[in-house]
Amino acid sequence: MNPVATPFFFYLLSAMALISGVLVITRKNPVHSAIALIFTLLSLAGLYLMLYAPFVAGVQIILYAGGIMVLFLFVIMLVSVSRVERESQFNKQWLVGIAATAALGVLFILVYAKGKSVFPERTVQLPEQLNTQQVAVWLYGTYMLPFEVASLLLLVAIVGAVVMAKKRI
Amino acid sequence: MTDPTKSGGASHLDLAEREHTFLDANELVLNMGPQHPSTHGVLRVILKLDGEKVRGTECVIGYLHRGVEKIAENRTYTMFNPYVDRMDYVAAVSNGLGYCEAVEKLLNIEAPPRANYIRVILTELNRLASHMLWLGTHALDIGAITPLFYTFRDREEILKIYEKYCGARLTTHAFRIGGCQYETYDGFEADVKKFVAFVTPKIDEYEELLTTNRIWVERTKGVGVLSGADCIDLGVTGPVLRASGVNWDLRKAKPYAAYSQFQFEIPTGQNGDTYDRYLVRVAEMRQSLRIISQAVEGIPEGPIMAKVPKVLKPPVGEIYHSIEAPKGELGYFIVSDGSTQPYRIRVRPPSFVNLQALDKMVRGQLVADVVAVIGTLDIVLGEVDR
Amino acid sequence: MLDYVTGYLNSNVTPGQAGNWVWALIYILLIFLGISLAVMGMVWLERKILAHMQIRLGPMRVGPHGLLQPIADSLKLLLKEDIIPESADKIVFWLAPLMVVIAAFTVFIVIPFGPTHAVTDMNIGILFMLGVSSLGVLGIIMAGWASNSHYPLMGSLRSSAQMVSYEIAMGLAVVSAVLMTSFNAGGSGTLSMIGIVQAQAAQHTWFAFKFFPLGLVALFVFAVAMVAETNRAPFDLPEAESELVAGFHTEYSGFRWSLFFLAEYTAMLAVSSIAVTLWLGGWLRPFPSWHGPAITIPNFWEHAAPLGAVDFAFSLVPAVCLFVLAAFAFVGTLRMPKHPLMKIQKGGLGALALVLAGIGLVLLIPPVRDRIQDIFWFVAKVAVFMYLYIWYRGTFPRYRFDQLMKLGWKVMLPMGLGVLIATAVVGVLV
Repeated sequence: MNPVATPFFFYLLSAMALISGVLVITRKNPVHSAIALIFTLLSLAGLYLMLYAPFVAGVQIILYAGGIMVLFLFVIMLVSVSRVERESQFNKQWLVGIAATAALGVLFILVYAKGKSVFPERTVQLPEQLNTQQVAVWLYGTYMLPFEVASLLLLVAIVGAVVMAKKRI
Repeated sequence: MTDPTKSGGASHLDLAEREHTFLDANELVLNMGPQHPSTHGVLRVILKLDGEKVRGTECVIGYLHRGVEKIAENRTYTMFNPYVDRMDYVAAVSNGLGYCEAVEKLLNIEAPPRANYIRVILTELNRLASHMLWLGTHALDIGAITPLFYTFRDREEILKIYEKYCGARLTTHAFRIGGCQYETYDGFEADVKKFVAFVTPKIDEYEELLTTNRIWVERTKGVGVLSGADCIDLGVTGPVLRASGVNWDLRKAKPYAAYSQFQFEIPTGQNGDTYDRYLVRVAEMRQSLRIISQAVEGIPEGPIMAKVPKVLKPPVGEIYHSIEAPKGELGYFIVSDGSTQPYRIRVRPPSFVNLQALDKMVRGQLVADVVAVIGTLDIVLGEVDR
Repeated sequence: MLDYVTGYLNSNVTPGQAGNWVWALIYILLIFLGISLAVMGMVWLERKILAHMQIRLGPMRVGPHGLLQPIADSLKLLLKEDIIPESADKIVFWLAPLMVVIAAFTVFIVIPFGPTHAVTDMNIGILFMLGVSSLGVLGIIMAGWASNSHYPLMGSLRSSAQMVSYEIAMGLAVVSAVLMTSFNAGGSGTLSMIGIVQAQAAQHTWFAFKFFPLGLVALFVFAVAMVAETNRAPFDLPEAESELVAGFHTEYSGFRWSLFFLAEYTAMLAVSSIAVTLWLGGWLRPFPSWHGPAITIPNFWEHAAPLGAVDFAFSLVPAVCLFVLAAFAFVGTLRMPKHPLMKIQKGGLGALALVLAGIGLVLLIPPVRDRIQDIFWFVAKVAVFMYLYIWYRGTFPRYRFDQLMKLGWKVMLPMGLGVLIATAVVGVLV
């Protein structure tokens, strides 16, 4: 199956992701920021699809956009917003911030230029149909230990959250 | 005293309106205002909540107060008879029965046996109608939207009998002081028998929808528990009292109007929760049918009205007479000063006294249960406010 | 250009896989049309069926037997004043119904009405479906927030908490169905919706009846979770009128509210379609592998591929169904009161009877008859689920919110996990 109009969709999704990302940090209203973050995540899911990784895209939508962002919104809405809205969005050290960002950017460019040979080829080896199977084989086979450690970490987090929220055990 | 026209702040509940987040303040005042689909009339309940749990309630009543008892001081005894129906408008016939019997006691008159039988039949039909209305609206509050239509449809048949008998469906003014005014119409017994045969399987239908329904049981079991001792302390009567395990029914304890001649049982419950009150009322419906079948078989012949003077001037004195209305003990305290108009009539409405138990029943329960508990108390605001 | 369009008709893949955007657009348009018709039908059916369960008649005036009621309702909603609360957040207020509608409609991209009748067949069809449904939750939260009022906010938070809890149980049930697709010779399963139905065809059994009773338990868990997902009775506490919390769409009026309404019914259709695809064999007819003895049929009426008597019998069912509906309409026309004012309604109902009978006749023509099979069986099964939805609403009381959450986390989740493990164990052993 041949992809259709790849450059158009790439530029569209990237633009969406960038604009939403900027909106996340510039909006005063935290709910607006959260919604912009949702759009960022959705465009990222689209970009994953373009990289022939449909499973990751699906999981991104389910977990990140549909689960984590829901919880973000819950917390934002339950906490009073009026105090936060009056704070200014940019603090006084913005010069230092820009300097740090520039330094980081230069670092990225240097790494990419010097280490281009390390990155994989632009053509993708794995067929799209087997993405889910491949992920499953790696996750439950080769990388079983990190998977179990991650699930244990999640369990600890759940228990911790319940303990903190309950009034009596 | 709280001013019902002011919203929010209730006096004796010591509250602070929350300002910060939903999470750190503990208390919230919620107003179930006079207009609400589930408060069965114009009842205002101010709830003090801690999250979802109810910490206290305050009922604000009086929105339907019409000054009935004051009006009674300016009407003769016969003129006051129609006013009585308007108090508990759902069970108007029982109200009339209580009043007529109280005045008869004051005048030392006995209604003839035929009148007593007719009174029993109509009053038990009224108990059925009241319980049917209660069942439909109670189920509707809890979310089952269908039983309402079934019970109202079957209640229509009772109202048709009333209409044929005395011309009115709801506020019937069926009885007079000294007996009944109207003779039973041709076919009254046949109608009543047909109705009993018609409605017995219908009650089974209602039970089929609700009694073993898992969701119904979960919504009503353990909700609004009131112990027998609490009932007696608060003065609660009627099915609420019987569902808490106390076997007290005025039809058996202090029989009036031919009830002593019929065989019937008094259903009681054990736990005093909403489910038991539901079961008790459904069982009462069946017992009412039993009484009606027995009564309609043996209506004695004879006059329907005792010898009552044209102008009623009871001797100076006072009397308290109560009957078992569908909602509880309905009592009339009449003080006569020898003239044609009573000096004071005080009505003891069962809903007014039962409503006081709301606070005790609802503490510690969730907000969604408040609606169920108000429904299970079976209050009629016309009676509470008079 | 023309052969771009007609060339697709000879292929046996979905337009998405063939890369044919014209046909993909045509399918999308057909789905929009179909959903709109289905939602209008649901509006009428819900009111009529609920009314008949409550021994009353329901809408009878707006058309013969109230058949034009949905049109009247939509017109009314369109013409209503669009009220936006003054202190509401305008952008979010506008965005919320949009998100819910988009989430509900996007699910239909992957739903297969036949082996090639889907807009596209993604490899991750089921995953996509789960993901997009969870986007709907975001719309509901935004709706409650945008109203800037305490009660809708609490209602929307409750609603979304309920939906998120039951999504987990839904996911587990879905995984156990997907697991069943792998019990074939190659040992490979698939997440694609068409692949799941084809696996059911290959294993000669609907997954609801596989490893009895595991398939049924999984279907049961999904059926309960999907009713909770769509906020319908008995899980409709956040929307109930007799509760204190008024629900997330209180401040919406007119067209915006009708978007929520539309999204609710579309979501109901979507999750029912998922249930049908996963457990009830999608577009497969009952007893898909029972062909019956070979019979000879006169040339015109013959099937495209020679099949048996049972196939022939089942292929006549769509036409028979429509004839039965036409008979109902005809009997209704005869029973209408013979009043001069009822002439138009009588005429309308009679015309409807004739149209239905005409469609039934068209469905008897062999080329149409062969092509309509898949779509008909799919729609029939989804219709059964819709009827169940209405039946639940008429019969059950409402669950209290804490009981609802307890049910989702303490009963449905363990049941889903249990059926998943049991399916895996049984599948390996058998």
